Amino acid sequence: MPPDRRSLPPAVLIAGLGGLAAASIVLFLTVGAKGSWSFILTFRGTKVAAMVLVGYAIAMSTVLFQTITNNRILTPSIMGFDALYRLIQTVLVFQLGSAAVAGFDPRLRFGIEVAAMVAFSWLLYRWLFSGSLRGLHLLMLVGIVFGVLFRSLSGFLQRVIDPNEFLVVQDRLFASFNRVDAQLLAVSALVVLAVSVVVWRKAGVLDVLALGRDAAINLGVDHRREVMQMLVTVSILVAVSTALVGPVTFFGLLVANLAYLLVDTHRHRLILPVAALVAILVLMSGQLVLERLLGFNGALSIVIEFLGGIVFLIILVRRAAR
Amino acid sequence: MIEVRNASKSYGETLVVDDVSITLPAGGVISLIGANGAGKSTLLSMISRLLPVPAGTVTVEGMDVTTTPGDVLARHLSILRQDNQMTARLTVRDLIAFGRYPHSKGRLTVEDQGHIERVIRYLELEAVAHRFLDELSGGQRQRAFIAMVLCQDTDYVLLDEPLNNLDVKHAVAMMKLFRRTADEFRKTIILVLHDINFASCYSDRIVAMRNGRIAHQGPPEDIITPCVIRDVYGVEANIHEIDGKRVALYFR
Amino acid sequence: MRGLVLAAAGVIALAAASLFVGVSDVTIGTILSGSSDEATQVLLVSRIPRTFALVLAGAGMAVSGLILQMLARNKFVEPSTAGTAESAVFGMLMVTLLAPETAMLGRMLVAGVCALAGTVLFLGILRRMPLRSPLIVPLVGIMLGAVITASTEFVAYRFDMLQSVRAWETGDFSGVLRGRYELLWIGAALTAVAYAAADRFTVAGLGEDFTTNLGLNHRRVVSLGLIIVSLVTAAVIATCGMIPFLGLIVPNLISLMRGDNMRLSLPWVALFGAGLVLACDIAGRLVIRPYEIPIGTTMGIVGSAIFLYLLLRKNRHAA
Repeated sequence: MPPDRRSLPPAVLIAGLGGLAAASIVLFLTVGAKGSWSFILTFRGTKVAAMVLVGYAIAMSTVLFQTITNNRILTPSIMGFDALYRLIQTVLVFQLGSAAVAGFDPRLRFGIEVAAMVAFSWLLYRWLFSGSLRGLHLLMLVGIVFGVLFRSLSGFLQRVIDPNEFLVVQDRLFASFNRVDAQLLAVSALVVLAVSVVVWRKAGVLDVLALGRDAAINLGVDHRREVMQMLVTVSILVAVSTALVGPVTFFGLLVANLAYLLVDTHRHRLILPVAALVAILVLMSGQLVLERLLGFNGALSIVIEFLGGIVFLIILVRRAAR
Repeated sequence: MIEVRNASKSYGETLVVDDVSITLPAGGVISLIGANGAGKSTLLSMISRLLPVPAGTVTVEGMDVTTTPGDVLARHLSILRQDNQMTARLTVRDLIAFGRYPHSKGRLTVEDQGHIERVIRYLELEAVAHRFLDELSGGQRQRAFIAMVLCQDTDYVLLDEPLNNLDVKHAVAMMKLFRRTADEFRKTIILVLHDINFASCYSDRIVAMRNGRIAHQGPPEDIITPCVIRDVYGVEANIHEIDGKRVALYFR
Repeated sequence: MRGLVLAAAGVIALAAASLFVGVSDVTIGTILSGSSDEATQVLLVSRIPRTFALVLAGAGMAVSGLILQMLARNKFVEPSTAGTAESAVFGMLMVTLLAPETAMLGRMLVAGVCALAGTVLFLGILRRMPLRSPLIVPLVGIMLGAVITASTEFVAYRFDMLQSVRAWETGDFSGVLRGRYELLWIGAALTAVAYAAADRFTVAGLGEDFTTNLGLNHRRVVSLGLIIVSLVTAAVIATCGMIPFLGLIVPNLISLMRGDNMRLSLPWVALFGAGLVLACDIAGRLVIRPYEIPIGTTMGIVGSAIFLYLLLRKNRHAA
């Protein structure tokens, strides 16, 4: 097939992005390092590993979600997925008591949470996407309001649990890049790897799903089954990224749309790696600039919310104007 | 052969398809006509399993469309609805290549490439084959979508208002192409048409719907009559015969 | 009219209940017998101000939502889905940073000006979108709010003010004391102005052409409405923080029952808003005694649940 007129050849693009991402990782590991190298590399290495994993998971979950909903403005977080995960975490503490949950092996806890997340999101979003909701704007609004509902419910339960006790558990439950559980990281990496293999093998089906429901059915794809499978995949990926760093509403939107701009293709074998590399690059370089150069440790998510929100507004207004 | 037995479908309170039973023989061009809201598109969507069949059965070549695996059916029947919006930015050639998906699951063979090239030639899309769909005019886009379902190379091709957005030249060319596809490759083309004169001049058989039911069916000479047109559309029409084809004039 | 009297009686009953619910033991008996000075103090310093604040904030926010819905001609708009509330929080942060000595009234006015600017920006974006579906309007507002919130939080983060910002973002009446809620009376006065101008807003809700045809100055009606909404929102946020979705659900529920003639519906909206806020706050005080659940959280649950109901209800004439 002839190459696209506008974009770089895919191999060059991926190599270039890969190079940049690798460079940002090396810079992040080394810039401003003082003292024992082995300590710094282990400390920062864990952080880098978490960021790479999270960037990859968010990029992949967003692209998949946009493909199955056939829409480039919806993301799992806009539809309340990560708020749902937080709610499940909170309900777990509420039901079993903080002491019991804190005593769990983090891997076991993570496993239970992911299972609950997949089950609930499957039920909820099967209902949402079964066609009972006509119109994209309704769907989006319902998703956003569900997000508020889940967040308020979590807030409610967190207050109902003895407030003092909860503070103790909160630290253990809600991680950030600066305090990543190495065991959880390993498990997450394995989960993401397994999911990636499945998705990679489904890339052809995904290309067809992106054409929309009618076209996909016409081409003989079992639309319902494939969409539900991908929804489960998305739930797992969201659980991974939320468990590691917490919710980042607009990051996926930002990354996915950057990737579409860069590659201008429908082929998931190309979009997925590009989106993942863009995510890693944005996270690493953003963190590098904010943390090492400007000294704003922890502000990255706020900056991403700001930029992502503006991108969302622009897309929304431009689409409506068309 | 497509067989519809006692099919019904309602949206809320309104019955859109009302206990329809009809047999559509294989081969030739069949046109579905009727006033707005008569249930043409819904019936077409049920036959092509885009909509579930809540009551009754639909079989295509003996295969029940609700139970036959989607990928099997996709090699026998293709469907194009109206208003095809697509978020993915695809080139015309990429879109047409998807028509081969049911056969090769995304790994294009030499034979597939042959099909793609032939369809592009038939629909005169060579000049725009490398362009993106969102850069095309409405008519070019419509032809690209039709090209995709033709590239699917199924025995039954169902098209909902395929002449939408096409100018007179391209509409005529499209109808001629359907005719040729039916005659040369022994396909069955089922069309929802608004222009009864196109239906009259190119169909082997016309099915007229009214209020969710089949009101009339038969060859054009039985359907394009003042009496049937009054019954189906509620307008008075003069019928003239020009070059052996019936033409209805209903503009006054 | 009888309905209104009943509704008013309901609100008064809730208000009375609100006076006697809380950590300290305040009962009619202890007050009347004068046996406990402490109880009387609690009543005067905390309970009565709190109850007034609840009534005024609830009525004010509900009416603000109603006015915004008329002006934007959209059922799903309210101060927290139009960038108004988020802009007011931004204003509060700015004035606290740049002029920390400013009195409460001054702070509220700055927040009000910011809220006005944010709402005008929102309406400006809407104006630039020719083909708009009813549901895209709140989406744009929510996203604009998210962008403004991100800016606020970034500044707050730099100057270590995140705690205060969070307090303005989540409504909580537990800190309301005598001397710290009186701004809300300004909101009450503005609500009365809104009632006087109710017919104008109803006309404005029918569209610019329609308004001009009736000889009203559309711009002026819109300006008046926006000023009322901005100041009421600012007063509420300065006193007790944001109460999400209140201005959305109350007018919609009333509209279902009473229609959209604002002169008739506004008293209902005000009463219902006050009643709902009272009920949520009392519930928040009771569930985990002796602790409290802030109204931002309870209203988040109640409000989003009702919002979802409004969105998903079968025949949506609201949209």
